[in-house]
Amino acid sequence: MKGNEAIAHAAIRYGVDGYFGYPITPQSEVLETLEELRPWETTGMVVLQSESEVAAINMVYGGASTGKAVMTSSSSPGVSLMQEGISYIAAGQLPTLIINVMRGGPGLGTIQPSQSDYFQAVKGGGHGDYRLIVLAPASVQDMADYVGLGFDLAFKYRTPAMLLSDGIVGQMMEKVVLPPFRPRRTDAEIAKQCPWAVTGKRGRKERNVSTTLELESRTMEENNRRLQAVYDEIERNEVRFEQYMTDDADYLFVAFGCMSRICKKSIEQARSRGIKVGLLRPITLWPFPTGAIADLSKRVKGILVAEMNAGQMVEDVRLAAEGRTPVAHFGRNGGIVPNPGEVVESLVSQFSIKE
Amino acid sequence: MTKEEILARGGSKVNARPSLLLDATMHYCPGCSHGVVHKLVAEVIEELGMTDSAIGIAPVGCAVFAYNYIDIDWIEAAHGRAPAVATAAARLNPDAMVFTYQGDGDLAAIGTCETIHACNRGENITIIFINNGIYGMTGGQMAPTTLEGMKTSTTPYGRRADLNGYPLNITNLVKELDGTCYVTRQTVHTPAAVRKAKAAIRQAFINTREKRGTSFVEIVSTCNSGWKMSPADANKWMEEHMFAKYPPGEIKNTVKDQK
Repeated sequence: MKGNEAIAHAAIRYGVDGYFGYPITPQSEVLETLEELRPWETTGMVVLQSESEVAAINMVYGGASTGKAVMTSSSSPGVSLMQEGISYIAAGQLPTLIINVMRGGPGLGTIQPSQSDYFQAVKGGGHGDYRLIVLAPASVQDMADYVGLGFDLAFKYRTPAMLLSDGIVGQMMEKVVLPPFRPRRTDAEIAKQCPWAVTGKRGRKERNVSTTLELESRTMEENNRRLQAVYDEIERNEVRFEQYMTDDADYLFVAFGCMSRICKKSIEQARSRGIKVGLLRPITLWPFPTGAIADLSKRVKGILVAEMNAGQMVEDVRLAAEGRTPVAHFGRNGGIVPNPGEVVESLVSQFSIKE
Repeated sequence: MTKEEILARGGSKVNARPSLLLDATMHYCPGCSHGVVHKLVAEVIEELGMTDSAIGIAPVGCAVFAYNYIDIDWIEAAHGRAPAVATAAARLNPDAMVFTYQGDGDLAAIGTCETIHACNRGENITIIFINNGIYGMTGGQMAPTTLEGMKTSTTPYGRRADLNGYPLNITNLVKELDGTCYVTRQTVHTPAAVRKAKAAIRQAFINTREKRGTSFVEIVSTCNSGWKMSPADANKWMEEHMFAKYPPGEIKNTVKDQK
């Protein structure tokens, strides 16, 4: 099935309580599949097509405030519209899952795949100091698996998580093993897991309030410190990455999502020419695998960061390498998907590799 | 005379602080309508036994701190998005009685889209709409409902239709939507009006509990600070000017069985 369809199936099977979204190419199959599967008749999951992405993310804010597992999906321009709401969700410490199936920008751009929302996802696209846990799926199987992983991490740390996918992973068809069904949490389970949830007092003595407003500067600084402490803990515990043929590598590709798949083919081509290249694929774009890249930077002759953008993740790789080895960038954008040979040629020419 | 002395003379208690109104000093200006409407909301929730099921959605605007005053569960929404927040809260928690409490800038300017679509879907929520024709919190700027000729900090020579557009009667707009079951315009400037407004809020909350669709209660209100008038003059000005554009009364009621 398609990556977008896998997300819909995985959401129902995970026991998600609500999906709110607005159609946009190339991810409309998420909403379409959910509407076709009618989970409200089986698991009781709420599915609603909203009037805009702005409404969708605020529905997510409202639903998550009640302790429910809620999610939305969109593509680049729609995710831009959601940024204010995402900032509120982060500030409110609300566990949610936001999916961006990226297309090429800026502006209305193109409906073809891209990776040009890395900065927005990883650096905090909305206002204020906040972070998202950002997972980068590279296959349809990842799309299915990371829905559950995203929610697990979101609830563990009370913070929003994002799947930063792209039009290739969303649209391509692959075999997938869907996760097993698990029931939605009961109201009692939600009350136990989320004592902060706004459900109506239901006999509670103290009222629960979900708010992100604090006019007292000292208290607001404390709120910020509380958030930063959570982010520190996530950085310590949740870095995920995949290494491929790095043991003997002279050069290193760093690439995420669909681009990591292309780079695996590039490695095959390069090695057939006698150039030993390996790949580090960040699975979590935040927290970023800074330590792993730092280690590899001590023993490779150069790092090529391959992205479908004008150079975004390369900045974080440079920070990780700290000048120990040269870091170059290869990028195509505007919806162009590079072929593996282009990446190899870029490696050879940028590092003047003699064959 | 103390309360005990009055009661000893054979009098009866006609007014009391509702137990759901928290013992907090309100930040509202003296003369503002918000305090009265808060009291009515607290009274109705208590009288209908909804303390454990009520979820209020607070706006951005003067009522942003509503959650500090009424002792129920609250969500504080982004500016204008309360109806979207309420939509999800209500759909995911069918046993809850979800209502929004919004001003004219929040509901009829930045949040027009969410307002219209929540009403059009017939979400099982109540929308309480405080219309005082001005942005109170940010210091008296033009609101979508500001009357023609009315002076505000952004229309210092008075609102002109050719420059600023016409006052928006959004309550008449939502009346036309199939999703609304109850649309009414009330006011709280006299004891009689307060009693009528309370009955309207009560009707709305019952509709929400019974899942009849969207109930929309406009309260034409005063902002004597923003209007730069004494509270008494503001009440008089509201009767003479606001009521011409926003006449109080029942506008739509598809439910006749609850009074």
